[in-house]
Amino acid sequence: MSYTSDEMMTVAAARELRDGTACFVGIGLPSTAANLARRTHAPGLVLVYESGTLGAKPERLPLSIGDGELAETADTVVSVPEVFNYWVQPGRIDVGFLGAAQIDRFGNINTTVIGGYDDPKVRLPGAGGAPEIAAHCGEVFVVVRQSPRTFVDRVEFVTSVGFGSGPGDRERFGLRGAGPRFVITDIGVLEPDPETCELTLTRLHPGSTVEQAREATGWDLRVSPDLRTGEAPTDAELAALRALKAAG
Amino acid sequence: MAEIVSLDEAVGELIHDGDEVALEGFTHLIPVAAGHEIIRQGRRGLTLVRMTPDIVYDQLIGAGCARKLVFSWGGNPGVGSLHRFRDAVQNSWPVPLEIEEHSHAGMANRYVAGASGLPFAVLRGYRGTDLPAHTANIKPITCPFTGEELTAVPALNPDVGVVHAQRADRRGNVQLWGIPGIQKEVVLASKRSLVTVEEIVDELEERPGAITIPSWVITKVAEAPGGARPSYAHGYYERDNDAYRAWDAVGRDRERFRSWLTTEMGVGA
Repeated sequence: MSYTSDEMMTVAAARELRDGTACFVGIGLPSTAANLARRTHAPGLVLVYESGTLGAKPERLPLSIGDGELAETADTVVSVPEVFNYWVQPGRIDVGFLGAAQIDRFGNINTTVIGGYDDPKVRLPGAGGAPEIAAHCGEVFVVVRQSPRTFVDRVEFVTSVGFGSGPGDRERFGLRGAGPRFVITDIGVLEPDPETCELTLTRLHPGSTVEQAREATGWDLRVSPDLRTGEAPTDAELAALRALKAAG
Repeated sequence: MAEIVSLDEAVGELIHDGDEVALEGFTHLIPVAAGHEIIRQGRRGLTLVRMTPDIVYDQLIGAGCARKLVFSWGGNPGVGSLHRFRDAVQNSWPVPLEIEEHSHAGMANRYVAGASGLPFAVLRGYRGTDLPAHTANIKPITCPFTGEELTAVPALNPDVGVVHAQRADRRGNVQLWGIPGIQKEVVLASKRSLVTVEEIVDELEERPGAITIPSWVITKVAEAPGGARPSYAHGYYERDNDAYRAWDAVGRDRERFRSWLTTEMGVGA
C-alpha cells in the first residue's frame, strides 16, 4: 500500500508506545498516534487527556481534548486540579506525548510566541498543560513535522523544558521525568545523545535521506553512527489509521 | 440562597465595567450565552480570566470588552489560533490587551487557593521555562521542611465567576455532570457568581458522577437553554465541531467579525 509522509510519521510515533503504559495525550498528531497504537499493538494503552478523562477509549478521533466521546468512554473523569496535582505532578504518567511549534537541539519546546514576547511576530496559544507534562511524565515523546522553521537552534521562548542548555539542567530545575526520549518527524526519528543530550538523527523513514533531514533542521544536525532505516507502515497499520481518520 | 433571575438581569446586576470576570468551562459547559450577554450589554475594561480562552473569549476581546486576559492556553481547540486575540496582542485592535500567562497547572492551583481561602498555592512547575520571567505572579518559594525550591502562584478570587451547568432546582441548587473542569473551584473562589443552566427543575435527580453546588454559595442562577453552544452540555447536546471550524474564517478577518457583531450580537465595533 502506498502512504504519505504524514502517515509514516504517525505510524512511527504509534509504534513507540508500549502496551499497558499510561500516556498523556495532546490533541492533533499525538492523539492520532496514541489512538492508532491502541488499535494495533497496544490495546491496553491508557490514554489520559488534560480535560480529566483517564483511560479514554474513543471510537473516533476527538477534535478537542474535552470532547464528550472521551468522557463517555473513560475509566473515570476527574477535575482539572486533580489531573495536574494527583496524576501528572507525582509522576504517575509514563509518557507525555506532545506536539510543538518550535523545538531546539536540546528538545526544548516553544508554543508561546515567535518574535519578542512584548512585540510578537506570531502569538501562539501558549503553555496549556505542556510545561508540567514535560517536567513530570516519565519520559516525553514529541511528534512534529520537520522544517527549518520548526527545528531551530534555540527556541525563542521555552514553554516546556527538554534538556535546557544540556546535561544536568533537568536535575538543577528539579524536574523529575527523564525528558525527551524520541522526536518523531515526517523524515525520521531523533533521540538525545546520552552524553550531550543533543537531539541526534538515529533513524530515517524509508525513502528519506540524511541530506533531507539536514536541510529541514535549523542547526548543524548530528547523525548517529548507528543510523538505521525504519520499517515502512504495514497494510494493517495503514488500514487502522485510515479507518480512524475516516471515523473522526 | 441563589436568586433565580433572567440572564440579562444577572449580567446587568453582577458584572460591572472594570471587573475581573472568569467564565470557565473546559471544552464542556462553556458559558457562551453569558459571554454574549456581556457583549450585548457593552461591558468595557474587563479583566477576563480563563484557563482555555476559546471562541467566546475571542468574541469578547474582538468586541472590545477586555483590557486584560489571564490565561494558560488561548486557541480554537483542534482548529488553530484565536485571531481576534492575536490581533489584540499583536496590533492592539480594537483596544490593547494586556496578558498574564500561566500553565494549566498554575491556573488550576490559583483557583484552588482562591476556593480554599489561602493567599497562594504551591506546585512543582514552571522551573526552567521562560514563563516566570514574563509573569510577575509566578515566584519561587522554598519548602520550609525540606528546603526544596518550588513555585508559588497567588490565589485567584475573581469579582465574578460564571459557569454553565445542566440543571438547577427552584431553590438554586446546581447539578453538573460530565467533564467537571474547574467549574466548582471558580464558583467557590469568586466574590460573586452566576450559574447559567440548561433547565430549572422541581427536583434534582441523582446522576452518575454529578457534583452539586449548593444554592447558598451561588449569587445568581439564570436559565439559558442551549447556553453552552457551540460547546456542549453532557446529556443535552453535543459539541458543534463545525461551528468551531467555521469560526476560524470569521475571526480571521476584521470586517467579517464586525458584521458578525452586528448581525449576531446587535452591536457595532
